[in-house]
Amino acid sequence: MDVDENKNPTRREFLSMVGAVGGAAVMYQAMGMMGLAQASPYSGPIKLDDAPAGTKVLVLGAGIAGMVAAMELRDAGYEVEVLEYRGVAGGRCWTLRAGDTYEELGGAVQKVDFAEGNYFNPGPWRVPYNHYGILDYCRRLDVELEALIQINNMAYVHSTKAFDGKPVRYREINSDFRGHISDLLSKVTNQGALDDVLSEEDKANLLAGLRTFGALNADNQYVSGNAASGRRGYERPPGGGVDGAPIANEVLDVSTLLSSGLWSRLATSESLNSSMPIFQPKGGMDMIARAMAANLGDLVKYEKRVTQIRQDETGVTVVYEDMANDGAEVTTTADYAVCTIPFSILSQIDHDFSGPLSSVISTMSYNTSIKVGLEFNRRFWEEDEHIYGGTTYTDLPISQISYPSNDYLSKKPGVLLGAYSWGATAYQFSSMPPEERVSRALEYGSQIHPQMTEEFKAGVAVAWHRVPWTLGCYGAWQDKDAQYADGVAMDRRIVCAGEHLSYLPAWMEGAVLSSLDAIGRLHQAATGNAGN
Amino acid sequence: MRVMTILAASVWLLAGSAFAQDAAPTAEVDDSKAWFESSSVLTQKTGQGVYNAICASCHMPEGEGAVGAGAYPALANNEMLEFPDYAVYLIVHGSGAMPPLGGVLNDQQIADVVNYIRTHFGNDYPDEPATAEMVADTR
Repeated sequence: MDVDENKNPTRREFLSMVGAVGGAAVMYQAMGMMGLAQASPYSGPIKLDDAPAGTKVLVLGAGIAGMVAAMELRDAGYEVEVLEYRGVAGGRCWTLRAGDTYEELGGAVQKVDFAEGNYFNPGPWRVPYNHYGILDYCRRLDVELEALIQINNMAYVHSTKAFDGKPVRYREINSDFRGHISDLLSKVTNQGALDDVLSEEDKANLLAGLRTFGALNADNQYVSGNAASGRRGYERPPGGGVDGAPIANEVLDVSTLLSSGLWSRLATSESLNSSMPIFQPKGGMDMIARAMAANLGDLVKYEKRVTQIRQDETGVTVVYEDMANDGAEVTTTADYAVCTIPFSILSQIDHDFSGPLSSVISTMSYNTSIKVGLEFNRRFWEEDEHIYGGTTYTDLPISQISYPSNDYLSKKPGVLLGAYSWGATAYQFSSMPPEERVSRALEYGSQIHPQMTEEFKAGVAVAWHRVPWTLGCYGAWQDKDAQYADGVAMDRRIVCAGEHLSYLPAWMEGAVLSSLDAIGRLHQAATGNAGN
Repeated sequence: MRVMTILAASVWLLAGSAFAQDAAPTAEVDDSKAWFESSSVLTQKTGQGVYNAICASCHMPEGEGAVGAGAYPALANNEMLEFPDYAVYLIVHGSGAMPPLGGVLNDQQIADVVNYIRTHFGNDYPDEPATAEMVADTR
């Protein structure tokens, strides 16, 4: 659930141009200014001094934020009780596996009819290398990670409005865009257009750099030939024996390339949160949640639906419906609480938070998003098209196809991400019954991979507005600049935490950092109060 | 029906929303081709079409709402729909977890869908229909 590649083509187009022309450094600066590229400020495990004796903290919600809070507070010596609505931990850190059943709001039930061992991550699916916090928890809890291929030169970029709707290899568009830019920039350099800003030595260095960057020939031209084909691919690739000599293929002419618009996809995976290396837990994203839940053991109480939150000078009182015990009403108390319940839910719970925090809670909307997992009998993308992991980008409503970064070359069925959409498109997908989302994803996907029709085995579609425990994908502020301080502030004995209270919305890292910051302040308050 | 769809669509495009409001009852326009026409906005041109393409995702196909850890209110038999202004405001600006939808729906679409829910799902409020002007004033 990343937001930096979602729904703002203008920004993306701008950034892709910046990246293509100015390179990574300029791109980074531009993105930094736009608030997109902050690396995680995580600086190692939190160190809380000893908790005041006999102090109890209630943690509401056993997602990533709640479980991080619970583990650290327990380790600091607090008595901890975690209340979780679902029967399992993780929240949006969630994996659907072969044999699982998922009932969405409205009652539609999907049975995950995948082959044994196959899975699909409806929520977070990637852990970027620069998300130091969540990575450290993976390290500390022995969650095994494997590389996720984000960008694959052999995957496609696709537009229904270009090349008669035929997909083009990412490699070809990337090489040709760089090549033509380098060619053009060489020309204007040689024509003296940059003489005001470049010395003769600068120009010589620039031209040398452009020849390498753009795969230009000795005359600084980007033309069909082995130099270009060494990047974009060959008509007949280098081989052995009689016909071993390669035959170059044809580069796209610059006008065709520019009018295709496919260059707009080239920077999609350049942002810090989407660039390589990027990881996935082996066996499914919820391996992280499972490890945290195992670490917490019976501190987490499941199937408890919070119905009321109160606090006064002496402590916090929470009432919940015990769904594991015929809906019995139970009251529990603590000295402090960390509330990680999404504001989409919290706004409907009877609470007595302060005015400013209540205002944030009641005005935060939750975004729409849709993911469809499709399983095929045969890994045709590997066998027929030599695509091993990575992402195809398209202007079809499915937005992208991400190929599995595990079980390469396997002869058993494989699961790919067959749709991942936001905004207007996601609303429409969400409004359909799950089986229609799957059939639409197949129909669109088969415009890129015709094999889909014949090889389809099973599918599962998750519309985040219909997920019973979040009512949406991630929190969207009404006015983040104005409201943020009120949202994160500790309200007497309770502090809220989660991805929604971070500048890494929708990312697990946002949940981790929000939680660590929240419990640091809670601890300060608790030790301060105890000392009085 | 197909011819009618094209005709209605052309008239709408040529004349703009002000005219379309006075045109033949929009319920006769077939919206089935409008799904996924744009990645940034919804293009359905009837109240029913808009409802089925966006509102139904949370309020459900029959306006029945849903309950999980939190709830989506039912639109069926909902007295809050007696006056159009309330629904118009909520759709444009959002409320609680409900996202503002003024960016993906235009004034006429919002007026049409408000009038649709006010006259369906057990609601019977045909008077004082919402208008595009009312929506524009709410933005």
